[in-house]
Amino acid sequence: MFKTFLIGILLGIAAAAGALYAIPAVDQHREVSIVSVAPNGGNSESFHINIPMDRVMAGGQGQTAALPAELAWPQDTILADFGAELFKVRNARDAVVGIAARTVAKHDGAEIIDWVIHLPARGSVYVNMNPIPQEGGYRVGQIRSGTREFATLSGAVSERWVSDTSGEEDAPAGRVELAAIYVGRAEPEAIE
Amino acid sequence: MKYILALILGLLVGGALFAVGATYNPFVGKQGLSPLAVSKSQVVVLSYSANASEGILFTNDGKSRVDPHPEKVLQLWEQSIRQTTAMATTLRDARNQVAGVGIKFASLSEKTRLISGEALVDSVWYVYLPGRGGVFIEQTENYWSYFRDVVVPAYRSSSDTWTGVWHGSMTSGPGALRTAKVSGAYGEFEGSEMLGVESLSIRAWRVDSGVVAAEGQLLIELQDDRVVEAVE
Repeated sequence: MFKTFLIGILLGIAAAAGALYAIPAVDQHREVSIVSVAPNGGNSESFHINIPMDRVMAGGQGQTAALPAELAWPQDTILADFGAELFKVRNARDAVVGIAARTVAKHDGAEIIDWVIHLPARGSVYVNMNPIPQEGGYRVGQIRSGTREFATLSGAVSERWVSDTSGEEDAPAGRVELAAIYVGRAEPEAIE
Repeated sequence: MKYILALILGLLVGGALFAVGATYNPFVGKQGLSPLAVSKSQVVVLSYSANASEGILFTNDGKSRVDPHPEKVLQLWEQSIRQTTAMATTLRDARNQVAGVGIKFASLSEKTRLISGEALVDSVWYVYLPGRGGVFIEQTENYWSYFRDVVVPAYRSSSDTWTGVWHGSMTSGPGALRTAKVSGAYGEFEGSEMLGVESLSIRAWRVDSGVVAAEGQLLIELQDDRVVEAVE
């Protein structure tokens, strides 16, 4: 019987090690990516944010309606030119796929608008927007850095506010549309 | 029948032995010296309170140990972001003056391998430093030592509390020397690719609420132009 007990111990150690090795400790939920080929090369993908239901935080000095209402935004004078918003981000099927931060700051008198889009199952993208709106009321920015799936990609992201015209009772006031175009970075040629 | 009972008992003891061995294995999850601690380049040191209720905002799925702050903040309960946290906090310089604001997104990593002491979190920071510029930080953090040295002792304590002094470098990549990748956004950092490290100093931790007293630190090694000039 003691031998059976010892065999049980060895089997228990092996089973625990095997389970820990084989069963993933973390499994992020994945929504199917809705990526299409852009006409002039690269891939395009669109996201949107329903306002106000997807807004997690809106902070800035002098802001009349901070979100959440109890938000204690720092009142230090050196942060007077900085504001930040956090949002949940949805894909084209209206499913939440990530979170994002939009920041507005001033540096040397120029306005700086940045986005950080974080998709837990895929990676993150950092985008620096051109603060001057284009014709049609949208802004365009360049992908400056990306992680994991986006690490080898460059490209552009545009932001646009679209008011809701459906007239439905529970419809959002509007949506922020983010359209991304990803282009693979050229690999450096091998030195012969 | 008694052989089956002996086998089951053996399996349970074996599983428990493995759990204890894996948790206290001295060869995994070692905290080495931060590579930036011996850097000759200029290093920006930014501190923040790692207690969620002392920052500007913290949110998670609402069911985790740490309560969202402020209380009525929107929670990240959707399936895709359930294992993610978002934080906004003020950052202080070495003189304890407000130096900027940091926004951090962190998600449990699918590269986590508990068997090899890797409890990984993929995280990004956006850091705004007024008058200087902004940076984007990408890193993988390893919470294994934190788990073993702080969380497990707290569970073993009769008061469900751990107190002491624990300091650890959380960053474990993507840099080969366990450093984060820091991309300069604008201002004096524009166009720079730098290295960074995030560390935590914990003094108290409770089973029911998580961190009670702790401070986080971000170290960013600035590009040293002089070295580049010398090479050219």
